[in-house]
Amino acid sequence: MTDSISRETIDSDEMDPDFVDKIVEAGADRIRTCIQCGTCSSVCPSGRRTAFRTRELMRKALLGLKDEVLSSPDLWLCATCLTCLERCPRQIKVTDAIVIMRNMAVKEGYMLPQHRKVSQKLIQTGHAVPIDEANQEMRKELGLQEIPPTVHSHKDALKDVKRIMEETGFNDLVEGAEMEKDSK
Amino acid sequence: MAKKPQFMHFLGCIIPHRYPSIESAVKLVFEDLGMELLDMEGASCCPAPGVFGSFDRVTWASVSARNLTIAEAAGVPITTGCNGCFASLWDANYELKHDKELRKSVNENLAEIGREFKGTIEVTHYVDALYSTAGLEKIKKHVVRPLKGVRMALHPGCHWMRPKAIKKKDDSENPHIFRELCEVSGAEYVPYRDELICCGAGGAVRTADVKVALEFTKQKFESILEAGGADIIVTPCPFCELQLDLGQVEIQKHFGDEFNFDIMHVVELLALAFGHEPEEFGLDTHLQYAMRKNQPNWERLGIKTEG
Repeated sequence: MTDSISRETIDSDEMDPDFVDKIVEAGADRIRTCIQCGTCSSVCPSGRRTAFRTRELMRKALLGLKDEVLSSPDLWLCATCLTCLERCPRQIKVTDAIVIMRNMAVKEGYMLPQHRKVSQKLIQTGHAVPIDEANQEMRKELGLQEIPPTVHSHKDALKDVKRIMEETGFNDLVEGAEMEKDSK
Repeated sequence: MAKKPQFMHFLGCIIPHRYPSIESAVKLVFEDLGMELLDMEGASCCPAPGVFGSFDRVTWASVSARNLTIAEAAGVPITTGCNGCFASLWDANYELKHDKELRKSVNENLAEIGREFKGTIEVTHYVDALYSTAGLEKIKKHVVRPLKGVRMALHPGCHWMRPKAIKKKDDSENPHIFRELCEVSGAEYVPYRDELICCGAGGAVRTADVKVALEFTKQKFESILEAGGADIIVTPCPFCELQLDLGQVEIQKHFGDEFNFDIMHVVELLALAFGHEPEEFGLDTHLQYAMRKNQPNWERLGIKTEG
């Protein structure tokens, strides 16, 4: 031991130079202008109580630490309230950047089990929060149509919604995420 | 006589399936104001922007675009009472009008079901229909039961007015439209420090980690108490309403703190102010009352019900 300072060097193998290009291409076009001022973190209501640090996430994205960013569950602690985006002095679309990275994470197979579940509800019923029996009863009592005039009462419409999700590959994406998780 | 303003009524999930009292209340309020709500037959989930938009943008935009085409076929603007649905439909409509590549892939998906996004209609929120189409002057004329002496905190939520540079609805850092609309009810506006922070439910956070989401909500409640407390909290969003309403029961369960606010959607507040009885639209069907087996605080609201 000659030195009490711990040197943490980022291994260049972990850096993916294309990562930030992809984020820029997908719409967060000003991310490279980030000056690491920390406004995003300081106004973040999630960061106030969790380990989620927006500024750090932006820095890691710029460094190209793709695997570290995409595999982190912290990526899912942003409530997309858009406050950071409103206040960023560089007018970076911070929230858009986070959503873009979430899309990439899901493609890589990182999806929380509870998010997979809500996706399956959408795939099966056309609604993230479908109707239940208690609610049907409540609707009747209020004099509303027991089943709303939505996909819930139009089978053909539901078929169309399902067809779209087959076409976009969403079904496979959700199931793929499941396989990924099972194999871990 | 001028033709009644018409809107395609986008229901979404939380209003019809968890807080149907909002659906009943908006029908009463819009009818009183001479605005027509048309059923949007076959509409689906918007789909939730922070959730499905976070999973796969093209799927989110395609499902949302299908909803938009229902209104395009009718040639009537959409209105929705949910900030989340508004964010999905408004954003998808905007992005599809400005992003050719996205529009191309979305329309390829829609072609499979014989539809096409054309970009011919506008998406509005109940707040827009009330504030801009009906107008405050007209709304004031319908207030026959001003909620005098009721202390009212507001939770405008995030996605109606942000991002301000794109949505151009209100100054999201210093908003006034939602406040002015709610103040027409005669209730007393109670400003508090954390009025503009998120309820915690959005962005798939409630689904990912309900305790983190509830901590946002608890911070809001504590901030309201620091400002002297409030009787009601009014919001323009059913998902925020769920988080603030059912959230009180969940906060008590997870953290032990007890809060007792009556939560109202702005159309529920206006229905009361317009003289409708709470049982006409089911104010007492809110989930916190079902879970706690209690009732809204009628006395505090200045509303006497029979019995």
